This record gives sequence, C-alpha cells and structure tokens, in this order.
Amino acid sequence: MDFLPTADQLELQRGVRSLLDARFPLERLAAVAAAEPRQTAGYDETLWQALTETGVFALRTDLELGLAEAALVFEELGRAVVPGPLVGTFLSASRGAGAVTVLETQALPLLVAHLDVADAVLLFDESEVRWATGVVGETVASPLDPLTPLTEVAEVPAGRVIATGGAATRMRLEGAVLTAALQVGLATRLTELAVDYAKTREQFGRPIGSFQAVKHLCADMFVRTELARVAVHAAAVTLDDPTAEGAERAGSGAKLLADEAAVTNGRSAVQVHGGMGFTWEVPVHFLLKRAWVHATEFGTADDHAEDLALLL
Amino acid sequence: MDLRYSPEEERFRHELREWLGQVLPTLPAKPAADDWPARRSYDTAWQRLLHEAGYAGINWPTDYGGRGATPTEHLIFLEESERAGAPYVGVNFVGLLHAGPTLIAEGTDEQRARHLPPILRGDEVWCQGFSEPGAGSDLASLRTRAVRDGEDYVVTGHKLWTSYATVADYCELLVRTDADAPKHKGITWLILAMDTPGLDVRPLKTVLGSSEFSEVYFDDVRIPVGNRVGEENDGWRVTMVTLSFERGTAWVDQIVDSARLVDDLVTIAKKVTRHGGAAWDDRGLRRDVGHLAAEFDALWALTKRGVSEASATGVPGVSASVLKLRYTEARQRLMDLGARVLDRAGLSRTDIGGLAGGEFTEERINSLSYTIAAGTSQIQRNIVGERILGLPRER
Repeated sequence: MDFLPTADQLELQRGVRSLLDARFPLERLAAVAAAEPRQTAGYDETLWQALTETGVFALRTDLELGLAEAALVFEELGRAVVPGPLVGTFLSASRGAGAVTVLETQALPLLVAHLDVADAVLLFDESEVRWATGVVGETVASPLDPLTPLTEVAEVPAGRVIATGGAATRMRLEGAVLTAALQVGLATRLTELAVDYAKTREQFGRPIGSFQAVKHLCADMFVRTELARVAVHAAAVTLDDPTAEGAERAGSGAKLLADEAAVTNGRSAVQVHGGMGFTWEVPVHFLLKRAWVHATEFGTADDHAEDLALLL
Repeated sequence: MDLRYSPEEERFRHELREWLGQVLPTLPAKPAADDWPARRSYDTAWQRLLHEAGYAGINWPTDYGGRGATPTEHLIFLEESERAGAPYVGVNFVGLLHAGPTLIAEGTDEQRARHLPPILRGDEVWCQGFSEPGAGSDLASLRTRAVRDGEDYVVTGHKLWTSYATVADYCELLVRTDADAPKHKGITWLILAMDTPGLDVRPLKTVLGSSEFSEVYFDDVRIPVGNRVGEENDGWRVTMVTLSFERGTAWVDQIVDSARLVDDLVTIAKKVTRHGGAAWDDRGLRRDVGHLAAEFDALWALTKRGVSEASATGVPGVSASVLKLRYTEARQRLMDLGARVLDRAGLSRTDIGGLAGGEFTEERINSLSYTIAAGTSQIQRNIVGERILGLPRER
C-alpha cells in the first residue's frame, strides 16, 4: 500500500500546472469573460489546442494512463479555472471528435454548457449514454458563470446509444469523479487566494491573517480541500482497479465532499477578501461561480449523499 | 497512488487475523467501566498475550524489544484488532505510546533497561502528569515546581487530567525547574514512581460520571535526579521528540469503529418507527447518514495517505492535523445522528426499547472530550493556519 502519488504522477501534474500558469493565468479570466460573441465566451481555442496536444484528453486512450492520473490533471484544470467542456471531451477521447459537451436529461431545465464550441453532445439518461450531434437550443441570456455559456434545449435530443448498463454507470461515475477533481482544484486555488490575501491585507495595523477569526476560516478551507482531495484520489484509484469493490460509494463520496469543499471555500474566500471579494476585479467570484456550476453536474451533493446511503 | 496491500502485508494481516481468532474467545469478560483495578488487570493481561505472540510494541524498534513493524503493518494491526473486537490498549496507553517512546529516544541505557521490558510485558503501567489547572492548551505555562536538593528534586504543585493515575506505577512528569527562563526553557521531564511519599491522587469525576482521570497533588515529593530524562530545563524538547513518533495511525481504530457504527445506525433506523414508517424512510436522515459515511470513508483514505507519507518520510505530514480536526467533529456528528434516530431511546446509556442504542448515548457524552483533548480544535486550527499555511501569529 502506497497511497502517495508516484514521481511520474507528480511530474505529470507539475507539467500541466506550469503550462496553465503560463498560458492561462487568473488575470485572463475577466478578459475571456468579456469576449464576444457570448455563446463562445470562456472557450479559448489556442489553450484548448495546447491541452489537446499535451494529451490532457487522451491520457487513457493514447498515453495508457488511468483515471488516477486524469484526476490529478483535472485538479490542475480546476485550479486554473479553465473553461470549456472538459469532462465530456475527456470521456469521448476514443471517438475522434473535438470538444464534446454533456447533457444530463434527468436534470431540468435541459441545459447544455459550451454547446456552440462542441462537436457533439453526450446524453446521460437514467440508464444509458447516447451520442448526439446537431443539437440546437436557445442561448441563456445571462448565465451564472460568465465563463460557462449555457443553451436551453427544448426537448431531449435523439442520439445513438454508446453505453448501457454497467458501462453507462461507469461513465457517469467517471464524470462525477473528474468533476469532483475540478472542484478540488477550485477549492485549492480558493485557499491559496484567501491565504495570500490574509497575509498581505492589513487592518488595525496587522495582517488580517493573524486574527484567529480569519485564520480559522483559512484553516478550515485547507482541511476541507485535503479531505476532498484524498476522497477523489481514492475514488479514481478504485475505478482504475477492476478487482476493487466500492467504486460507486467512493465516487459518490468524492463528488459530495468536493462540491462542499469548492462551494464552501468559495464563500470563505469572498469573506476573507472582505469588500474586495464583492468586486468583479478580484477573480474569486469566477471560481465560486464555476464551483456552483459543477455542483449541479453529474449529481448534486444531495443526490450522492442519498445514493451513498442506499449503498450502506 | 496504490491502495492495494503487498503480499507481505497481506501475510501479516492473515497471521494476525488467525491469532486474534484463536486468542479472543479465551479472554475473560470485560470488567466494569469504573472498576480501575479490574481494568488494569484486564488490559495488562491482554498486553502479556500480545507480548507472548510478538505483537507488543508493534511500532517500537526491535533493538528495544518492539516488533519494528512498518507504518502500514501498524495500520493493519490496529484495523484488524478493531474489526475483531480486541481489547484496546487501555491503561497501557501512556507507557506504550508516550513514555516508552520517550525513553527510547531520550532515556539513558539504564532507564531503558529498567522500564522498557516491563512496559512491553504489561508489568508496568504509566500515567501522564502534564496538564495543570492553569496549563491546558498552553501546556508550557505549567507551574508545578521542582527544586534541586542534593541528589533529589523536590516537587510541589498540582497536576490535572492524569489518566489512569489511580492504578499506575510510574508517571511521566513535566516540572518547572527554572522559573526565570522563558516558559519553554525551564521545563524538565522526570520519571516519578507513584508510590513516592507526598503524592495525593484524587480521582476526578468526568461528565461520564466515571474517573479515568485524576488530580495529583505534590507536597515536597522527592524524585531522584537519576530519574531525569534529558537535561535539566530541556524537557519541552524531550516532549516534542516523543510527538514525532506518530506515524499517522492515531485514529485508525476509531475510524474503523465509526464505519461500523454508521452501519449499526442504518440497521436501527430501518427498525425504528417514525410517523407511521421506518426512520430510514426519511430522505433528510438518509442524506445526513450518507454524508457522514462519505466523510469517514475519506478519513480512512486520509489515514492511508498519512501512513504512506510516514513510510516514505518518517512523519505523516499535513494529514495529522486534518485528521484530528475532521475526525473528532465527524464523530460528534455521528453521535448526534444516533440520537436523532433513537429519539427517546437515546435517553438511556444502556440499550432500551429493543434497540442497540446505549453505545451511541454513552459515546455522545464521551465524544465531547474529543475536540478538547490533545489540542483543542481551536488550537489545531491555529496550527494549520500558522505551521501549514504560514499565516502570522496573533502576537
């Protein structure tokens, strides 16, 4: 038993981090959010190309790595707040398409993110996964996350069945774990932002991070993130091991703890930033809004809590 | 990131399981909770069995009579012992997990030879004389005074929260030997024989109504200088060295136990009637139980992360503080959830109404101490904030 990431896994993660630090610093978020047309806001063609070339979406198909490595990479994508249909594209890597987005048909209203830049849509039904192209709908005028444009679809589109039964369950679970990894990345970055601010911002003649009321908010952010992180890693490793039991339980636990970490850390980060946390200029709100979006994807925390309870 | 155990680790687990299967049915009935002499006999008899089977001092170095197990084997040992319902370390806690490791790290050859073998055999029970009425979270402000008089220290003062003091043979004692030095620089670590004249041990009744802790009053208690561990005024460092013995396994048995209690809670909730149906029909309750189960699963994964880190570097890294904070609070929530399911049946500390609820109620009371003992949650958050995140100290 050695549950630490291997040297290769850490190197992979570091590589993606340095690529993203260079190509997609947080300072770019406001500019990307302001880009026209709004339907493609958040999608950065050059960045997407770089990620594709690095093999981010083809870790399993081309690089013969597992979901564990994917989770580490998706943490970095979350940490950098990379917009785009990341999870759908990863899950479709073997299908020779470009960007692929997701529509969960059980969740109403029927909303698809990043539809304008996607080549196809993965439709997740109760028991099967289908592949649809040519999906159209009405653009949501004012989406919660300016970097996640949404399209409302009137009816569940038709499509070709690509997975049923256990395969469909597994695909949904992988989607949940990868989304959870994005949330862990967001939670991590939110902790970093809050801690950095608490160290430098002074009130009453001293850094606000010296006050226990603020320090403890930051400590809880860290603790929440680390717990969610190991839950995601354990779920990914369990899914990678065909002999391991408890993948559904681990996946549900990971998604609910990661949602909680990202959303609660988002609120705490706004709080630590005080008035500045309520400005568009400070990027914290972009992270919180993204966390709110992911919290509705591949099952909410409530859904997973109940799913998990029924497995007990 | 690999959660699978190696063939050697599986063999260790298998042998241990076989041994536990043989020996546990031969144990006598557990003594009453507040019968401390009987509990001492029971716990030390278990320690002797562990010793004979080669499991005593599982994580102690082989040079000092331990098994020299790896952190992962230690994890397996605690996990299997808990699953099999083996006795806890009990009155041997301080000797095996604190005083013994301190002597290994800082004691003289003579002190080690005198104390380590009997601790391992279950012949010697230790207690801890650290906290005082005025020194809790701020332990280094302790005031129990030791004055050198020839070949003795003469100790006067008052210790609190001394666990197992009524049945202990020895005490690891922190005293102030220099009142003028900065508080961390004037403390000395002493071995105190509990039959020394001048000691007054008064059992302390806790919210459980029982007395695992005592107050100890010192009135000119003479302790030979030869019982000093480390140098005079160097006791704070000696104490900190001991803490570095932690290998990420501190909460293993309790996390395993909590997972079992979650399952028990589900069984009870399916049995209990509420509003014409089973309590388990309540979706809100199910979600809360599911959430808590996810948390204990994650704490178990975090334990494995910490143990892996200890295997690689010798220390469990950041997971120790995270575990302490989240485990203790999750455990308290578990007991509140138990109370919610049990409703009025949760008003008894023994099972009533045909429900196995006594354990939840007892532990609901007991777990109040978890966020206080060994560093309050507030102190833990300071540690996370300052030592891990690098936030400035308050003063």
